[in-house]
Amino acid sequence: MRVLAAMSGGVDSAVAAARAVDAGHDVTGIHLALSRSPDAERTGARGCCTVEDARDARRAADVLGIPFYVWDLADRFEADVIEDFVAAYAAGATPNPCVRCNERIKFAAVLDRALALGFDAVVTGHHARLSADGVLRRSVDAGKDQSYVLGTLRPDQLRRAMFPLGDSTKARVRAEAAARGLAVADKPDSHDICFVPSGDTGAWLRDRLGPRPGPIVDAATGETLGEHDGSFAFTVGQRRGLRLGRPAPDGRPRYVLDISPVTSTVTVGPAEALDVWHLAADVAAWSRAEGVDVDCLAQVRAHGGAVPATVTARGGELLVRLREPVRGTAAGQAVVLYDGDRVLGGGHILRTSAERAAA
Amino acid sequence: MNYLDHAATTPMRPEALAAYAAAHTVAGNPSSLHAGGRQARRVVEESRETLAAELGCRPSELIFTGGGTESDNLALKGLYWARRAADPRRRRVLVTAVEHHAVLDPAHWLGTAQGAVVEPLPVDATGRLAPEALAEALAAGTGGPDDVAVVSVMWANNEVGTVQPVAELAELCHAHGVPFHTDAVQAFGQVPLSFAESGVDAMTVTAHKIGGPVGVGALLTRRGLALTPLTHGGGQERDVRSGTLDTAGAAAFAAAAVAAVRALPTEAERLGALRDELVRQVVAAVPAAVLNGAPPGPGRLPGNAHLSFPGCEGDSLLMLLDARGIACSTGSACTSGVATPSHVLLAMGAGEQRARGSLRFSLGHTSTEADVAAVAAAIGPVVERASRAGELAGLG
Repeated sequence: MRVLAAMSGGVDSAVAAARAVDAGHDVTGIHLALSRSPDAERTGARGCCTVEDARDARRAADVLGIPFYVWDLADRFEADVIEDFVAAYAAGATPNPCVRCNERIKFAAVLDRALALGFDAVVTGHHARLSADGVLRRSVDAGKDQSYVLGTLRPDQLRRAMFPLGDSTKARVRAEAAARGLAVADKPDSHDICFVPSGDTGAWLRDRLGPRPGPIVDAATGETLGEHDGSFAFTVGQRRGLRLGRPAPDGRPRYVLDISPVTSTVTVGPAEALDVWHLAADVAAWSRAEGVDVDCLAQVRAHGGAVPATVTARGGELLVRLREPVRGTAAGQAVVLYDGDRVLGGGHILRTSAERAAA
Repeated sequence: MNYLDHAATTPMRPEALAAYAAAHTVAGNPSSLHAGGRQARRVVEESRETLAAELGCRPSELIFTGGGTESDNLALKGLYWARRAADPRRRRVLVTAVEHHAVLDPAHWLGTAQGAVVEPLPVDATGRLAPEALAEALAAGTGGPDDVAVVSVMWANNEVGTVQPVAELAELCHAHGVPFHTDAVQAFGQVPLSFAESGVDAMTVTAHKIGGPVGVGALLTRRGLALTPLTHGGGQERDVRSGTLDTAGAAAFAAAAVAAVRALPTEAERLGALRDELVRQVVAAVPAAVLNGAPPGPGRLPGNAHLSFPGCEGDSLLMLLDARGIACSTGSACTSGVATPSHVLLAMGAGEQRARGSLRFSLGHTSTEADVAAVAAAIGPVVERASRAGELAGLG
């Protein structure tokens, strides 16, 4: 097959490209330039698409002896990922930009262009397993598993994807990179949101959106406990940074329960009020029949466990009844549903409910 | 591989490679006083004399440098500093908007860091600077030509191959006592060229565009032209350029120049015919393709074919041709490898889409009919595929 390997300049995508070469594919490497004003150098594990990353990717491609090009997708990334991220926060939701990037950039804009140019598939260094019949499964390395950020991809997207690393632990990938003479073997893993190089999402959003002051309100009493200068600096489930100055009457910590961007109100309350028992999501992908109850496991964030749940697809929504509550789950996050380590589908959370009774 | 990127660099000519290897068999710094040093010195000076003869300058007017970029920097900065030191009113730097970055960037650096006022000289739709436009620019400004530190206009454009009326432009400058530099990196070896006859004050040439090695070039400067050095050290080249002289590089440069100039009359005709055939075949396969730059003839380098493919991105075209073993170029690229629309095409008035969707095929001493045939066979299907990708990008 003619395959396009997306090479970030990191160790995973370099080894993924190498394995695609070994598997006998005709591999072309590309680096996605996603930043409009890339920094010259990478600093630690944050940031992305620096000139240094592009050079690392090129160096790896040269070692593998494959053609290498840079694709400028900065405008698409700005429109489809960054602006979406800002708009979602402004609307009180908590989006996952990595999920969005996979949906809109890597397995959409890049994949479509690759197919138009005569390629058969896109190879990435995601830690997930994908079998020939298009079934997505968790990586054998539970700590590095990235099936969650791929869980909302449609079958037609997955059919054109290749994830050669899913059968290996990260440690093995690093060792293999070193053995192959790839200089990125000991490059640090990336963390956080690539386009927020400071790691301070609240400050980054305040720069983008400007201050929007509002009250911090107690959920039980309706009393105003304090002020904030922008509700986007908060996420549901957050405890730190409320700066309320005085403890709750019962002395227990307070958490963000709800964010209403229209009134710029942040509602706080006790931990148990964060427990979500029901959620509804749009149907990004679902491999089971409509209207049938399916017992499975539900995961609502990239690094977090999956909890037992019963899911029914109905009326264009995935209705998820959780048998254990998940804490601090907000609209905009993805919910990915598993049967064991096998991904059944997923969607973007539309609303949540703390009610234990059936929704 | 079918190599159609001679404007980027050329394969070494056998004569140049032989001269390079021979010079490296003897140890000796040309500045050393022992026998090995003297032998190296002789090679350098004979190479200088040979090059001077091929370029139409005196040997003493030729400064060896590390290549075209260094020569351009030395010319722009060296002339600006020296001219301004002599008369602080001289702050204007006039360059065309289609110069190579090796001229544009030093000019803009002089503007941001050294108090220069950089004024772009306009070009027409073919990339040519009209002498009247230069005359107008010289006369403009508060002090007219007295404010001008230096004028730099390339002999021939690296992207679209347009040849400038250099002698006429130089004469205009001289009428006002303003020094004129030309970057002749692309022109040398492709069109007949003489430093003395052109009347220019400074000229940049480099070895690797004519079948010599990368890393050696020269700046020709008229006798008596004051130039402030860029680098300070041993003062090997007339105290204007320091650094150990590259004996082997000089020898190979000279050998390549002799071969290139000797072959020029027949090569220009041969390459011109190959280029015309390439353009004919490409347009036959892709009727929407447009030739950018001056029409074939004395106003254009014989080896240059620069074409726009509406609805396609140059990136896609290049990648697809590369996959078929055809090497060409899209024009300018920035450090991270992201293609930006060509500043040359934009200055010529082309829209951003046309500027992005273009390819440069450049022919040279190793080009053959087989190269043209390979492009002719590939271009139709390649453009078809690239335009499918272009539709996704909204170019359709």
